[in-house]
Amino acid sequence: MHRSVPLLENIAMNAQEALFTYTLRLGDDLLILSHRLGEWCGHGPVLEEDIALTNRALDHIGEARNLYDYAVKVEGKGRTEDDLAYLRTERHFVNTLLTEQPNGDYAHTIARSFLFDAYHLPLAEALTKSSDTQIGAIAAKAVKEAQYHLKHSSDWLIRFGDGTEESHRRAQEALDGLWVYTGELFVQDEVHQAMVKAGIAPDLNTIKASFDATVDRVLTEATLKRPADGYMMSGGRQGKHSEHLGFLLAEMQYLQRAYPGAQW
Amino acid sequence: MTTNDRILDLLQNVKDPEVPVISVLELGVVRHVDVEADGKVLVTISPTYTGCPAMDVMAADIKKELRDHGFANVEVKQSLSPAWTTDWITEPGKAKLKAYGIAPPEKTGDIRALKGELPVVPCPQCGSTHTVMLSAFGSTACKALWKCNDCLEPFDQFKCL
Repeated sequence: MHRSVPLLENIAMNAQEALFTYTLRLGDDLLILSHRLGEWCGHGPVLEEDIALTNRALDHIGEARNLYDYAVKVEGKGRTEDDLAYLRTERHFVNTLLTEQPNGDYAHTIARSFLFDAYHLPLAEALTKSSDTQIGAIAAKAVKEAQYHLKHSSDWLIRFGDGTEESHRRAQEALDGLWVYTGELFVQDEVHQAMVKAGIAPDLNTIKASFDATVDRVLTEATLKRPADGYMMSGGRQGKHSEHLGFLLAEMQYLQRAYPGAQW
Repeated sequence: MTTNDRILDLLQNVKDPEVPVISVLELGVVRHVDVEADGKVLVTISPTYTGCPAMDVMAADIKKELRDHGFANVEVKQSLSPAWTTDWITEPGKAKLKAYGIAPPEKTGDIRALKGELPVVPCPQCGSTHTVMLSAFGSTACKALWKCNDCLEPFDQFKCL
C-alpha cells in the first residue's frame, strides 16, 4: 500500500530504523556467539571449561535478550524478543561473520571468543556513555561480565600459545584462519555513521585502537604471531552470511518452526 | 508499622532460589518499594547477572509472597541502571553466604583487582587463606570455583561484580 509521507516524518522514521538495525546488530552478535558456545555443552574438554563456556553463553544470551527487548520497542510493530530470535531467516540476521564461524577445536573456539571479547569489552565501555539511556544501561550491565570473558579467553590463548608445540600450532592456525573476519567488526557504514552522529554509538576507530592494544599484549605473552591484515571478509551486517549460519539457525529455531508458538 | 515496613518484612522471606539462605533484600536486588495511592505495590529489582534465570523466579516469588499477604496488585519492574554490584550485598547477607559454604565477594574497590591480580579468598570451611581458583566460572552465573589447599575441600566463591 502506498501513501505519501511528509519529509520530516520520513527522516524520523529513518532514524528509528537505524536505531532498530543497530540494536539488532549488537544483539545478533551475542545471540549467535552464545549458540556456538552452547554447542559445547556436554562436550567441553574438561568439566570446568564446559561450565565456563555455557556460563559465557548465558551472559551473552542475557545481553542479547535485553537488546532484543529494546529493539522491538524501538521498532514498535508488536514483535517480541522471541520473534527476533526464532522467526527470522538468515538474510535478516545482521551478526558479524566472526560470531557464526563453527567451533572447530578448542583453540579455535577460544581464539574466536578472544577476538570478539577484545572488541566487545571496549565497545561496551564506550556504550555506557551512549546518548541512548537504554543502550547505555544495557552496556553498563554487560561491561562487568565482558571483563571476565576477556580474562578467560586471554588466559587460555596464552596457555595454548606458550604451551606445547601442538597447542601453539593449533592456536596460531586458529588465529590465522579467523583473522579475515576481524575487519568487519570495525566497518562504519551508513547505519553506524548515523548512530555516531546521534551520540548513540562510538567511533569504531577508537574501539579498534583498544582491540589492537589487547591483541598485541596477549599475543606477545602467548608467543603467537599477529596475522597480517589482508583481504577482510564482510557481509554479515547486511545479512549476507557464510553457509554456516543457516545450519545454526536450523538447529536453534527448530522447535518454534516445528511447533509454532510453543511455550513451556 | 507502616505499609512499607510491612512489605520489607515480607520480602525478607523471599530467598534467592539458587542460594536459599539469603533474601532478595540482603542480596541487594530490591532497589525500591513504592505503594501508590490505589494500593498498588511497585517493587523495583536490579538483575544480578544479565542472563541469570533466577531473576524471573525472584520476581514471581516476590509477587506471590505479597499477594499471599493481602497485596492484590503487585508489579515487579526491572531496572538495569545503575547496574547491580556485589557491594550491595549486606553484611548479614555476606555472613549467611559464608555460613552456607560460599565465600562472599570482596569489595569491588579492592586494589588487587585493579592490578589484575586474584584476591585472597579465605576458605569458608576452615578459614585458611591457602586457596586457589580452579575456574572463573562455577555452578551458577554468579560463582567461581575455588579449592582450599589445607582442608582440600572445593568451594564456591560469589564472584565480585
